[in-house]
Amino acid sequence: MELTVLDSAGAQPQQSGCSSSGCGSTDDQLAHLPDEIRDKVYNHPCYSEQAHHYFARMHVAVAPACNIQCHYCNRKYDCSNESRPGVVSELLTPDQAVKKTLAVAANIPQMTVLGIAGPGDPLANPERTFATFRMLSEQAPDIKLCVSTNGLALPESVDELAKHNIDHVTITINAVDPDVGAKIYPWIFWENKRIKGREAAAILIEQQQKGLQMLTERGILVKVNSVMIPGVNDEHLKEVSRIVKSKGAFLHNVMPLISEAEHGTFFGLMGQRGPEPEELQNLQDACAGDMNMMRHCRQCRADAVGLLGEDRGEEFTLDKIEAMEIDYEAAMVRRAEVHRSIEAELNQHAQAKPAAPADIDPDARPVLMAIASQGGGVINQHFGHAHEFLIYEASPAGVRFISHRKTDNYCEGGDTCGDGESVLSRTIATLSGCEAVLCSKIGYEPWDMLEAAGIKPNGEHAMERIEDAVAAVYREMWEAGALMTAADECLVVA
Amino acid sequence: MSLRIVSSCVNCWACQPVCPSDAILQAPKHFVINDRKCTECEGSYDVPQCASICPIEGAITNAAGEAMNPPGSLTGIPPAMVAAAQAEIRAR
Ligand code: SF4
Ligand code: SF4
Ligand code: SF4
Repeated sequence: MELTVLDSAGAQPQQSGCSSSGCGSTDDQLAHLPDEIRDKVYNHPCYSEQAHHYFARMHVAVAPACNIQCHYCNRKYDCSNESRPGVVSELLTPDQAVKKTLAVAANIPQMTVLGIAGPGDPLANPERTFATFRMLSEQAPDIKLCVSTNGLALPESVDELAKHNIDHVTITINAVDPDVGAKIYPWIFWENKRIKGREAAAILIEQQQKGLQMLTERGILVKVNSVMIPGVNDEHLKEVSRIVKSKGAFLHNVMPLISEAEHGTFFGLMGQRGPEPEELQNLQDACAGDMNMMRHCRQCRADAVGLLGEDRGEEFTLDKIEAMEIDYEAAMVRRAEVHRSIEAELNQHAQAKPAAPADIDPDARPVLMAIASQGGGVINQHFGHAHEFLIYEASPAGVRFISHRKTDNYCEGGDTCGDGESVLSRTIATLSGCEAVLCSKIGYEPWDMLEAAGIKPNGEHAMERIEDAVAAVYREMWEAGALMTAADECLVVA
Repeated sequence: MSLRIVSSCVNCWACQPVCPSDAILQAPKHFVINDRKCTECEGSYDVPQCASICPIEGAITNAAGEAMNPPGSLTGIPPAMVAAAQAEIRAR
């Protein structure tokens, strides 16, 4: 049988944020969507796994206030459902936000999407949020606008949202059952009172569901984010996935809880753990039966700028944009050209033949492999330099992208790194479940440690296309008899 | 009569837009309440709005200097029970 590559992959541009080829749009992740929706998302980096290598997004932090409390959030920092906690974003006024957006759009023509995602809840700050959207839809009609919300104030905002250029809304829905919700949301501010416990969760859930329905009725795309909290809502999220899909959400993004104690969140302080990469992946797979899953989410911070996984915010701080002169009319012409050429490239890739034949028993078990790559869709990074690994699954059905796993890279390039070894063991723990790691080069010490951990290091496929290399390694494993299932082994014994 | 915002305020902005008297201002260190403008929301709402949305226990005090949201009141866990709850959550 043929070992096809499930991703629509291809060569990637130099500065791919995700440093991977075809981050896993299984066949075509958006294939089942009606044309008008595909038209809306094809160049949206957060919605299309293909697009996120090419198109960039930015967030502006204009909405600091919030109307609920989540146990995974410390309001001293940013909203942790849309941004990493522990970092405070530069808060902007709507005027500053517009100026910054125009500056970024002119300097990074691949930027197609402006999002408002907090810190705080954009719809709990309607004046600031809508003032920003209003000005941008007038001054920069070529930028898509989107907004992320906890949903409490969503129903009353839908009409206003529909008026601007907003065709995408993200709602964070962590529960559809108030008993589960009560473990995540201690209180909400509702009708001028603080309401606590189950009653609060019930109101929030009702508002979220109502908002979701109102948006889809108006043809506004809805993505649902869920934070996976082990022991609290992990099993329940399968139900959430089913329900939001049936109400018309088009993409579900299950994200891991971030709960380091030093962020000072309730969950962090109380010792609630986040999910292991494998647990997250299993849940994503379980939910995927019901709908599209987003697997390339990087939990960007609320003022991130650039391709997903990169942050060029430093280039566009307030003092820097004050000094910039922007001719947006001219920029729009250039932007349109850049977008056209990216589209052409994407179309070409869609037609590229990704196939690697192999004679593999359809019952052979699937294998996870970790890839060190800094972009271009090829294996081109030293093991010790990788800040993240791309996880691919090889099976008789083909090769598919699964996720990114972040690591602290252990090699700082000197002999001085005294805690190198402990970071290395942490890196190896991050790769648990993988059976091979493919990189351009690897040192002796990590080689031995990886082998001891049951992960096979492999530097033989340097500069090869990721999918081809993964398929080749899988085939070698098959030929070596390493892919027999338990049933096969019984046969051999018998 | 007026409420006060004290130094544990984390500048989250939540109170400022909900005040019916426009009495809350951003100030160099943290938000402050203008005591000439604050009405404790009397005549507008049953409960002081700022204290009802503030996420930080102890950040807003009443005229007597007592915390409007005392320790444990917002997470729902009385301080004495924190240790027990911690043990339970860890077991998950
Ligand atoms: S909605 Fe966002 S800002 Fe508000 S409490 Fe939850 S995580 Fe924090
Ligand atoms: S008590 Fe009411 S009037 Fe006084 S500062 Fe708070 S919200 Fe404003
Ligand atoms: S709501 Fe509380 S913490 Fe936030 S700014 Fe107001 S007083 Fe400070």
